[in-house]
Amino acid sequence: MSEGNAGGTSEAPRLSDHALDQVIGRLLQIGVLVAALVVVVGGIALLSRYGGMPADFRSFRSEPSELSTLGGIVRGAYHLDSPAIVQLGLVLLIATPIMRVGLTLIAFWWQRDRLYMSITAFVLMLLVYSLFWGRA
Amino acid sequence: MLLHVDFRYAIGASLVSVIATSSGAAAAYVREGYSNIRVGIFLEVATTVGALVGAAIAGVIPTSALGILFGIMLLYSAYRMFRSNDDHPPSTAPDPLATRLRLNSSYPTSAGMQAYAVEGVLAGFGLMFVAGVVSALLGIGSGVVKVLAMDRTMKLPFKVSTTTSNFMIGVTAAASAGVYLHRGYIEPAVALPVMIGVLSGALVGARMLTTASTRWLRVLFTAVVVVLAVEMLYKGATGAL
Repeated sequence: MSEGNAGGTSEAPRLSDHALDQVIGRLLQIGVLVAALVVVVGGIALLSRYGGMPADFRSFRSEPSELSTLGGIVRGAYHLDSPAIVQLGLVLLIATPIMRVGLTLIAFWWQRDRLYMSITAFVLMLLVYSLFWGRA
Repeated sequence: MLLHVDFRYAIGASLVSVIATSSGAAAAYVREGYSNIRVGIFLEVATTVGALVGAAIAGVIPTSALGILFGIMLLYSAYRMFRSNDDHPPSTAPDPLATRLRLNSSYPTSAGMQAYAVEGVLAGFGLMFVAGVVSALLGIGSGVVKVLAMDRTMKLPFKVSTTTSNFMIGVTAAASAGVYLHRGYIEPAVALPVMIGVLSGALVGARMLTTASTRWLRVLFTAVVVVLAVEMLYKGATGAL
């Protein structure tokens, strides 16, 4: 009985689920491409400027605030500072799963699925909090 | 590690590579209609909370001990994965909680759409919390733990488990990557080559998924798990973590 019930209620939205998933997948691909493009552009600039220098990442010194806060990264990229451009691309990449969750939230809203809207909103809230404020 | 990069930079770059894998392959995975978004997003509650907890305690736990523990767990999971030689038949006995949460679904097979039920929801949820903590502590996607939880505990079909896991690892990694960005773990010059390499690999891999048989996938998966386990044990024992 419960099986028939589950099949009956999921049949109609299942199709639109897949269509929405495809739109989400396509948008994610665009997001990743944009992020990769920014990283590559910044990377070329980075290599042409620092490529000849030996680098040492054996010891850890925390990245300066220009590379560890969203405001600092955006300001640095705006002033065409090459590490900041690469970092901006990486932030865009970190943002793609967050965008995915955001689009999933819209998809559930589209389907008037309140239960999953609240579940998705909770996950989205945690992710946005982590990226913008970064306190665990 | 291999290229003498500090563990914290390695965690940062590794999380970036996890996200690149997840998002880069997303479009290809989604097209096939295997992944179960409801299962994914429901379990993400556990993994994101776990990831934030893991990032918070990252400085306190000795990572070498964690690496050894994780290596043993991986070897055990590989053993179990190797023993079952083919995909289990789809479950028909749903957990009442799965029915309430509308997690049961269907997926495409060569014989048309095949319905499946979801079992062990609470156990799977708990395992996902652990996967989230481990992901943040070691800078990995914990995809192996996620696939095992879904395939073994929740009895999802294998391809549904792997594709849903692909959705989940990116979200889990993003949760701790945000925290680590603010802590200065993400160094552009370290993450840059990693990201480019992984993106190209993921684009090729996703194209192969639909043609590969479940059996072949499982053997490959087992091999990857064993290599990972040995690497973890070695690094943990030699204190390289």
